[in-house]
Amino acid sequence: MIRLVPRTEASAFWQIATPVMAVAATMLAGGLLFAIMGYDPVSAIRTIFWDPLFGPAAGYSRPQLLVKAAPLILIASGLAVGFRAGIWNIGAEGQYIIGAITGAAVALAAYPASEMWIFPAMVIAGALGGWAWGMIPALLRNWFGASEILVSLMLVYVAQRIAAWMAFGPMKNPEGFGMPGSRNLQQYPAASNPELIAGTGAHWGVVAAVITVLAIWFLMSRHIRGFHIRAAGTAPRAARFAGVKPQTLVAFCLGLSGALAGMAGLFEVAGPAGQITDKVGVGYGFTAIIVAFLGRLHPVGILLAGLLLALTYIGGELAQLTLNLPAATVQVFQGMLLFFLLGFDLLTRYRITRRVTA
Amino acid sequence: MNRRQLIASVAAMTTISLALPAWAQDEPLKVGFIYVGPVSDGGWTYQHDQGRLAVEEEFGDRVETTYLESVPEGVDAERALTQLALAGNDVIYATSFGYMDAVINVAAKFPDVKFEHNTGYKRADNVGTYDGRFYEGRAVTGTIAGRMTQSNKIGYIATFPIPEVIQGINSAYIHAKKVNPDVEMRVVWAYTWFDPAKEADAANALMAEGVDVILQHTNSTAPLAQLQQQGKIGFGQASDMASFAPTPRVSSVYNNWGAHYVKSVGRILDGTWQPEAVWGGIGDGIVAIGEITEAVPAEVKAEAEALRDKIAAGEYHPFTGPLNKADGSAWLAEGQTATDEELSGMNFFVEGINAELPQ
Repeated sequence: MIRLVPRTEASAFWQIATPVMAVAATMLAGGLLFAIMGYDPVSAIRTIFWDPLFGPAAGYSRPQLLVKAAPLILIASGLAVGFRAGIWNIGAEGQYIIGAITGAAVALAAYPASEMWIFPAMVIAGALGGWAWGMIPALLRNWFGASEILVSLMLVYVAQRIAAWMAFGPMKNPEGFGMPGSRNLQQYPAASNPELIAGTGAHWGVVAAVITVLAIWFLMSRHIRGFHIRAAGTAPRAARFAGVKPQTLVAFCLGLSGALAGMAGLFEVAGPAGQITDKVGVGYGFTAIIVAFLGRLHPVGILLAGLLLALTYIGGELAQLTLNLPAATVQVFQGMLLFFLLGFDLLTRYRITRRVTA
Repeated sequence: MNRRQLIASVAAMTTISLALPAWAQDEPLKVGFIYVGPVSDGGWTYQHDQGRLAVEEEFGDRVETTYLESVPEGVDAERALTQLALAGNDVIYATSFGYMDAVINVAAKFPDVKFEHNTGYKRADNVGTYDGRFYEGRAVTGTIAGRMTQSNKIGYIATFPIPEVIQGINSAYIHAKKVNPDVEMRVVWAYTWFDPAKEADAANALMAEGVDVILQHTNSTAPLAQLQQQGKIGFGQASDMASFAPTPRVSSVYNNWGAHYVKSVGRILDGTWQPEAVWGGIGDGIVAIGEITEAVPAEVKAEAEALRDKIAAGEYHPFTGPLNKADGSAWLAEGQTATDEELSGMNFFVEGINAELPQ
């Protein structure tokens, strides 16, 4: 009979091994699925995981990996800090949308001025917007004990409605023939977030993602706040004795993850998306939750996980084009990845033993 | 590899690359589509994909079609369009309004690829646009609605306050009023193109106000399902929705994009394609009226079909004066017809519609 025995300490080996196993299992199960659907599993897996990096059009798709991964990494880095402390921000999507709106608001108010301060001011406004949206669940939890999981999630829907209102109302492009959507910030040089070096895909959001990964790594491993966060997550009672104030931690974690999500929203709306529309949120805030867990809530892990998820998006598109795989494949893949990860995660906290029962 | 082999292989590669252009001309024309929803949505994207299949059927081996489905408007659109261009497509049809700026950006990078953008207004040397005059179809269904209502209250489930939708509401009302002077129009803004739950709520809200005929601009069959339960009638939208015939679906206005795609691909094949602003109606086959069922009396059916044929022949314009705006100001004088420019920026209701028009 197989039994699960809890480990006294999480296994360092399985910490690293489970994400790798989850990816391998996703490829296997995905391949099986493709075979059942009547596609060649080997070429499907190769198209999704190999071609974007080394295929015939890799010169284009490789930089696109950075473009797609940057917002995921930015958001997931912030989420991971809270998740480590047991503070569950599920509403990064809403904070992303609000950040996009507040950041774009600065640009649209300044239009058509061309001062140097406009773009930095947009970044700050985007971060503040996301921060404020994250503070709502933080304050409601601190004052009334409301679940931050539910409140942050519900606020996503509120944010989507605000985005629709903006796109059809106050932010509507006055030169847009009555059609919804703001001015396109890509066409407003002082406010746009273009590729910094041609052919690399790297825009300011990519730069911010790299800086964030380093900063979060420093925070979590070198700073006293990082110690408090880790303590609160693993031993809340002990943490309290060590002087950790839970309310401060809630406000810090939700505020930080909100600000980073808001910044991600701004970089997207000023760059790849270009404008505020009712569909400004494209699910990065939710996908980032997968990225955070796949990256083991560790900054470097998140960097790799973000790139991997970006790979599934771009490879999924290639698979549609070359093999006619349905678009839903990508979502199935991402779902499987999280499913297998959580499944294998059992091994980091439990040992499997065989024991003969009497 | 010795030197002789190297020379031989270089020579072979040169031959291949020299031979390529001539060989390429016998290649089929590669036609790419980018869809905002899945091809199985039974509505907007489904109708575009039917158009793609019509192209395959018409041109057979001379074309090769591919598509990318469920591409969200926004951050992903430009990359997906670039992927389609890099995959060697000669023409790309972008089938949602929100792709507009991405199409213009990508078209600038691929001057040899032709692009056509559905429902947009930006064009370039290699970018055309195409759209349907859906208000022509609404004139026909509005006529049927005006004749069929018992309560003299007809309802319209609207999506977003954009010109296309406002044209549809106005056209439906004008023609219902023409055959039934007592008719009133109720409008519910659903703020979605496809959301069965919201659409069902909207239908129920309208019926609670006494509405017994509903026109919908949203793309799901949910309103028809609600109408069926209460024994009221409505119309198919975007696709024919024939599974709800003969009642509650008594007719439909559906998008027949194949009529445009076949014409456009044909022009590319014979080298006469130009970046145009195509705005086609019933006469061009882009807007189609689904079968009017036996639930509609024969004389009403004949009246509606006569109107359809007059519009198709260009003998009648659905926006013909005298017409006033809802605020009472004059719009079109007796016999005057609306210009395309006025229609494509339409942001007002005509006189008689007492409904909220969000600005």
